Amino acid sequence: MKKRNEVLYFALRNNKLLIGSGIILVFLILALVGPTLAKYKPFDYASPLGAEPPSAKYWFGTTFFGQDVFSQFVNGLRATFIVGLLGGGLGTLVGMLIGFTAGYRGGILDEILNAFTNIVLVIPTLAVLLIIAAYLQVRSLLMECLFIGLTAWPWAARAIRAQTFSLRTRDFVDLARLSGMKPFKIVRKEIAPNMMSYLVLVFILQFGGAILTAATLDFIGLGPTNTISLGLMMQYAVLWGALPLGMWWWFVPPGLAITAIVGALYSMNVGLDEIFNPKLREI
Amino acid sequence: MRRYLTRKILIYLLTFFLAVTIDWLIPRFMPGDPIRNMLARVSVASNASAIQMMYDYYARLFGLDLPLWQQYLNFWKALFQGNLGISTYLFPTPVIEVLKRAVPYDVFLLVPSILLAWYAGNNFGAFAARSKRLDNFVLPLSYVLTATPYMWLGILLAWFFGIVLGLFPIAGAYSFSLRPTWSWTFLLDLLHHWFLPFASLFIIDFGGWAIGMRNMIIYELEAEYSRYLTALGAPQHLIRRYAFNNAILPQITGLALKLGVIVAGALVTEVVFSYPGIGYLLLAAIQNQDYFLIQGCFLFIILGVLIANFVIDLVYIVVDPRTRRGMVGESA
Repeated sequence: MKKRNEVLYFALRNNKLLIGSGIILVFLILALVGPTLAKYKPFDYASPLGAEPPSAKYWFGTTFFGQDVFSQFVNGLRATFIVGLLGGGLGTLVGMLIGFTAGYRGGILDEILNAFTNIVLVIPTLAVLLIIAAYLQVRSLLMECLFIGLTAWPWAARAIRAQTFSLRTRDFVDLARLSGMKPFKIVRKEIAPNMMSYLVLVFILQFGGAILTAATLDFIGLGPTNTISLGLMMQYAVLWGALPLGMWWWFVPPGLAITAIVGALYSMNVGLDEIFNPKLREI
Repeated sequence: MRRYLTRKILIYLLTFFLAVTIDWLIPRFMPGDPIRNMLARVSVASNASAIQMMYDYYARLFGLDLPLWQQYLNFWKALFQGNLGISTYLFPTPVIEVLKRAVPYDVFLLVPSILLAWYAGNNFGAFAARSKRLDNFVLPLSYVLTATPYMWLGILLAWFFGIVLGLFPIAGAYSFSLRPTWSWTFLLDLLHHWFLPFASLFIIDFGGWAIGMRNMIIYELEAEYSRYLTALGAPQHLIRRYAFNNAILPQITGLALKLGVIVAGALVTEVVFSYPGIGYLLLAAIQNQDYFLIQGCFLFIILGVLIANFVIDLVYIVVDPRTRRGMVGESA
């Protein structure tokens, strides 16, 4: 109980964590509430005049085709959080599965998993994603999450394996083993709780990574075929001449939101690291 | 050293094998039918038997009527002959020719931006570590930079320096009025077009390396040997030099690990600036559903990353004497 209070004490005094989670919260609320506030559907041709700068009627202006940028933005924001949560979550889970198995079991299984991890680590994720996505005529947001999660895990697996390796020879793990606990239960009850803080950090980084990967995929036109996303907004802006036309309201919000969200996640990551690791606190 | 190298080479060969297999596998086992798509797009004939005939013709042409293992072997054979198929978007240019024309631009853009960003970022990160004023200002800025999606920074730079200030061109690798020659006018024009995409890649990578180095240096300065040196009264710059030498090793490994992300960043940056490298080709290939070209881009990207990885391994052997003595196994 006392330990928990201590973490909370430092958490409430850590500016990096507070600012980071504040920014995330603002965007999360915007993603949840925004689509109900938007007066138009993301792909509807709201303005008969085509491109219009931000005004009381169109809060973020309209695109070249007269679509409402605010509506696209908040709906894209929603997609961004879904990709981060599901894609990043899946990446963390697969990383844990492989990392724990390789680290705890060791031996030949570790060798095989390690070689596999190294191979997937070298292959540029995006290249694989784009060749899969290119051959799918219809793509959904969930599929994108699935692909990203299934390709993003290698570094997480590697890191978790190393941690597990150092924990599995500790006395309390030996004791659990002697008492006849099943390996799965040992990992779940003895090893995982001892690296919980580490797993949280891995999830945060996977969350941010998934958002950036999704933005890249969407931007080259291989994102979901039926949903708006922040990356797709930027692609349309570039392809339909928002730059020469000076339509900054079209391409500034989506990139700014991604930067702010991922930056806030990194900031939370550093903040949490300082809370969990007293050595870093004094700086 | 030999063990270290053979292990690495084995991994790369396996990776390449796997990549080629993926390249072969996906078009054949994905839902949807590339040939039918292609025929639907050209829509040569409206009558069903004509389409069937065309279909059979193409299936035979691509060897799809052979047994699968035969197709797989043929795929490898064609690959070693440099035959990646014919681009449908730039018909009738072979894919390998299209890619050969694009690769120099990629090298020209990627190699300087990766190396300079790595060098400058590391030095700057080491410099900023533990200096309160720099740390408080530079660190948040670097975090914002690494969080920025590559295409967005590209868009902002193109808009501000290209449109608002009108200082740089925002599309192409050289002006339409010029032909590629070895003249000063052309080279200057080339550099002029190259600068913004380069700067956009450089700035984002710089932030990442600076943070990484700063964190590494802080860990090293906390290490026992640094404390010991301090206790002995060694000058601060000497301790920092030792810390830097130790911290640079994980940064070299980090470069290998980040290559995939950097290459992905270069792809989208090329799209923003219509820079005629592989990224730009890829967009065109995707929009025109040119499957051979997409597959060719995939193979070239993987090949490039594998070669770069191998070069980094060789550098690592030179830099870290432990790998030569076989003291570092798989961890490096």
